[in-house]
Amino acid sequence: MKENKNKKNPSYAKWGYIFVASFFVVYFLFTFIPQVLTIYDSFFDYTDIVGTLETEVSFAGLKNYKMLFSRNIRGDIEILRCLGNTIIIWLIGVIPQMSFGLLIALIFTSSKLRLKGTGFFKTVFYMPNLIMAAAFASLILALFGTIGPFHTLFVEKGWIAQTFDFISDKTWARILIAFMNFLMWFGNTTILLMAGIQGIDNSVFESAKIDGASSVHVLWDITLPLLKPIAVYVFITSMIGGLQMFDVAEVLTGKAKNNSTRTIVMLINDYLKVGNYGHAGAVSVVLFIITAILSLIIFRSINRKGESMS
Amino acid sequence: MNRVITDYKKENRRAIIKAIILRVLCYSFLCFVSVMCIFFFYLLLVNTTRANNDLQGGRFTLMLSRFFNQNFKNLFSKFKTDFDALKGFRASFVIAFSSAVLTCYFSALTAYGIYAYDFKGKRLMEAFILAIMMIPPQLSSVGFFQMASKYGLKNNWWMLILPSIAAPSIFFYMIQYLRATLPKDLIESSRIDGSNEFMTFNRVVLPIMKPALAVQMIFAFVGSWNNLYMPSLLLSDSEKKTLPVMINALQRTSWGNIDLGCVYMAIFLSILPVVIVYLFLSRFIIKGVTAGSVKG
Repeated sequence: MKENKNKKNPSYAKWGYIFVASFFVVYFLFTFIPQVLTIYDSFFDYTDIVGTLETEVSFAGLKNYKMLFSRNIRGDIEILRCLGNTIIIWLIGVIPQMSFGLLIALIFTSSKLRLKGTGFFKTVFYMPNLIMAAAFASLILALFGTIGPFHTLFVEKGWIAQTFDFISDKTWARILIAFMNFLMWFGNTTILLMAGIQGIDNSVFESAKIDGASSVHVLWDITLPLLKPIAVYVFITSMIGGLQMFDVAEVLTGKAKNNSTRTIVMLINDYLKVGNYGHAGAVSVVLFIITAILSLIIFRSINRKGESMS
Repeated sequence: MNRVITDYKKENRRAIIKAIILRVLCYSFLCFVSVMCIFFFYLLLVNTTRANNDLQGGRFTLMLSRFFNQNFKNLFSKFKTDFDALKGFRASFVIAFSSAVLTCYFSALTAYGIYAYDFKGKRLMEAFILAIMMIPPQLSSVGFFQMASKYGLKNNWWMLILPSIAAPSIFFYMIQYLRATLPKDLIESSRIDGSNEFMTFNRVVLPIMKPALAVQMIFAFVGSWNNLYMPSLLLSDSEKKTLPVMINALQRTSWGNIDLGCVYMAIFLSILPVVIVYLFLSRFIIKGVTAGSVKG
């Protein structure tokens, strides 16, 4: 026996601090300081001094924010346009994503159908999530580019002109990006909603069966209402993810400089590439505020879920 | 009496037929969706087997051709000036693997620190980590990019690897896992056996956490392997670029002048490792999707 054992209550508290130290040090250096710097930047003006590589930094107050919310040469409010684009594309994608997710989750968990091979289907449905956005976009281009089969077909049918380009068209480009997002994420939604359905206490269904409720009734009056908190959770996390949309839109339409598919993170990216930290910072802060509000809603819905289910 | 029985039989038969039709409908729907998912992988495979002339010439086909080997060879020889696949692979692998290992080890360590020890401020720390999970990564990206530019660290891979040590969402997963699986007596008994605290963590706790570590390793690896945002901002040196950054750059060149067979081969090879790992471990991955989020 070691002598340690004789000490009645040796303090291990210092080990707690040692073990969590790395997290906080790294967080402080690589995330916290950059965050403060971003917020700081949003109140400053970064202008290149003509003819040199130097940049002049001067206090700007709320100028960057005012600038973001004022009209540009084309008569647009850039940040609202990008925010609008992001939300529209997200919405076009999330509607089929949630409906397919729910439908498939219901099919998989149905005690009446008792389908075989759900494991296989789940594996296949989650697979698009693994594909690199850059790779996926080039396949969409292979199908919808100017030498792709859809272009040829649509021209032959006389639906579009020879010069038409899906990628630069406002509606088509948005639909294609939304479709990619849908295909990448509906598997994830399916799995989450399935877990939600399986989490519902089985006795609820049993007693409904004894009461002679029809399956439509069970679905409408029991499954869906009990699933609502999880559906809300999936919906809002998808929205937070959707607001950060970048890869798919950038790779598919970045080259075409399509103004109707420029997302809010693409806007930050474009400002950063030219060293305009002031504007990039201001957009980031606006994005942060929107996300924070959405997160609060999640927190509330989770808490409510805890109350009703336990 | 007889009529009642036949009526009953009829009713029963009708119900059975209805159930069969419903099942057929469901299976057809699921198969349709599956085809939609697999189609893109198949299309990619087809395009890797076609010669550049065919791909540029435009006749679309879903039939496999016979230029796979040719494209594979060209990718690593002629095509090297446009797309140095080996360098891209090396960059992607080093960054994705190191960040996956670091993120898992340190998240587990932090979670264990908070789970196993009583010290002042640990409740506050946990609440803090949960709160910062909500902050979008873009908020730090501007300042991060600015710092990297200022100190000449833009093409330094460490800038993409080290930040993964502090990963709030993985910490959250790990601490939930610890609470569910690690009895505190076990820590006490290994202390009695004379193990010091670090040894306890490395030799007793980590093995117990293997399933959690494996799931999060895969997610972290895939996430980093596919990541475009930060790498595309930071990596400008062609020696240092990761695969997604290289593929994104290819998209922006004119496709009329490059060997498309090689382009598709490059894309094919860049998603292959992830797909292979997934097909072996999909069971765990699918479990991992739900574990972190719904319980919360």
